[in-house]
Amino acid sequence: MTPAEIREAILDILSDIAPDEDLSRLEPDVPFRDQLDMDSMDFLDIVMELRKRYRIQIPEEDYPALASVTSTIAYLEPRMKDVPKK
Amino acid sequence: MYDTVIIGAGMSGLAAGIRLAYYDQRVCIVERHKSIGGLNSFYRLHGRNFDVGLHAVTNYAPRGNRQGPLGRLLRQLRLAWEDLALAPQRGSSIVFPGATLEFDNDFEVFRSEVHRHFPAERDRFERFLAEMADYDQLGQSATRCSAREVIGRFLRDPLLVEMIFCPLLFYGGSRERDMDFGQFSVLFRSIFLEGLARPLAGIRLILRKLVRKFLEFGGELRLRAGVRRICVRDGNAEKLVLDDGTELAARRILSSAGWRETMRLCDEAPSQVLLPPGQLSFVESISVLDTQPQLLGLDRTVVFFNDSPEFHYARPDDLADLRSGVICSPNNFCYDEPLAEGIVRITALANFDRWAALDPPSYRLEKLRWYDKIVASAVRFVPDFRGAVVDTDVFTPRTIQRFTGHDNGAVYGAAEKRYDGTTHLRNLFICGTDQGLVGIIGSILSGITIANRYFLKG
Repeated sequence: MTPAEIREAILDILSDIAPDEDLSRLEPDVPFRDQLDMDSMDFLDIVMELRKRYRIQIPEEDYPALASVTSTIAYLEPRMKDVPKK
Repeated sequence: MYDTVIIGAGMSGLAAGIRLAYYDQRVCIVERHKSIGGLNSFYRLHGRNFDVGLHAVTNYAPRGNRQGPLGRLLRQLRLAWEDLALAPQRGSSIVFPGATLEFDNDFEVFRSEVHRHFPAERDRFERFLAEMADYDQLGQSATRCSAREVIGRFLRDPLLVEMIFCPLLFYGGSRERDMDFGQFSVLFRSIFLEGLARPLAGIRLILRKLVRKFLEFGGELRLRAGVRRICVRDGNAEKLVLDDGTELAARRILSSAGWRETMRLCDEAPSQVLLPPGQLSFVESISVLDTQPQLLGLDRTVVFFNDSPEFHYARPDDLADLRSGVICSPNNFCYDEPLAEGIVRITALANFDRWAALDPPSYRLEKLRWYDKIVASAVRFVPDFRGAVVDTDVFTPRTIQRFTGHDNGAVYGAAEKRYDGTTHLRNLFICGTDQGLVGIIGSILSGITIANRYFLKG
């Protein structure tokens, strides 16, 4: 997947986890927790959804890398370059 | 080989099952009973539906509120707010000699009631609220310190302290008189700060939604499948043996059967892990009326009553304790349409051993006698509804034992809790009542948090 496709995948996951949020105004460099009403259980679901949808295993010590859209794409890009788009 | 086998299809087991099945685990819930629900179940008698556990769902929040426990569990289980069809309470009371405190789902009502009836406590009560607001709401950092001690640092009037403790103990107290402060703060939030609600169709609606989600996500449910034994090898739970001899192999096991009850299933459980059993159980009289209770002036959702200044939350010596109780009318929630019949449920503390010792004829007789005594006790605090009664039933500590499997019919499980959910075995964990969260919402959150922490992460 390309960075743009990864971005789409992240937004799709967020829209499932936080259906009431307006994601069109999401700032890519601002941490999710500062702009979305999400708690640690929701963050776990981002990790779990990536595993469920794309078979990406993310070890617990890497969870902090998934702080914002930009940092998540940077983290996932090398890991998802061979993953086909869904 | 299952990824996870869950023991018990109550609220916590079902919630954990939904999480694990949704994230593609091969998961099976085994339930000894012929129906799901555990403590919060239902039965049919004389052509009518009766609930066992549920008086009300706590932690009520209106649609769109994401932050509290209710919003959190809806998201985690992929449920919509509408799925639970919660109708908020009309309003409830705590009635002690010389003082009545009203509360509903707007906390300001309770706050102003306390200010009005206990003006000398006003500032101290506010400082106490500020302390509660800071406390972790999931009970994960639950401190094992006496709630009585903590509250005693803030409030001086013993009557106010008893009146605050009364609903919290009745709706979640697993040991006599006191509880851990962590549990106290969770219960205080769930009942006073957030409040009570109920679906028109009662507990079966919530159970139906949960079990449907679980099955839809690919989970497997086996009813009439009690666990006889958990086979242990090298510090691991290797497999389960069911009552009928069936063996189930599982990578991990999550038990909602209760701490002692789970330990007993394990080969070679170390004796020091046996927490003391709970002693607190209830008897409940259920009256079906030919009219809506509010037409008789019985318009409160729940009335917690106590006939003396001190509240004795303890196992009584007699079959039941008539000094205190909880009167709940499921009719008195703000539904769109009324319930078909009037119902009044009255819960009182009861002694399991006394009920368990009765032979079948005496048991039937005592149920009738104590129905009359409990109702007579309750109508000291609410309008006398006895002329409108068309059907009755009584459930006892024995009923609670049958539905929960808990030693002593202990309604809220063991006296001490195992907050971190771990056991002496690497791949066996517990959730539900003995993990320390009670009530419908608490149990569901217990299943979710333990599933997340030990079964999904990493």
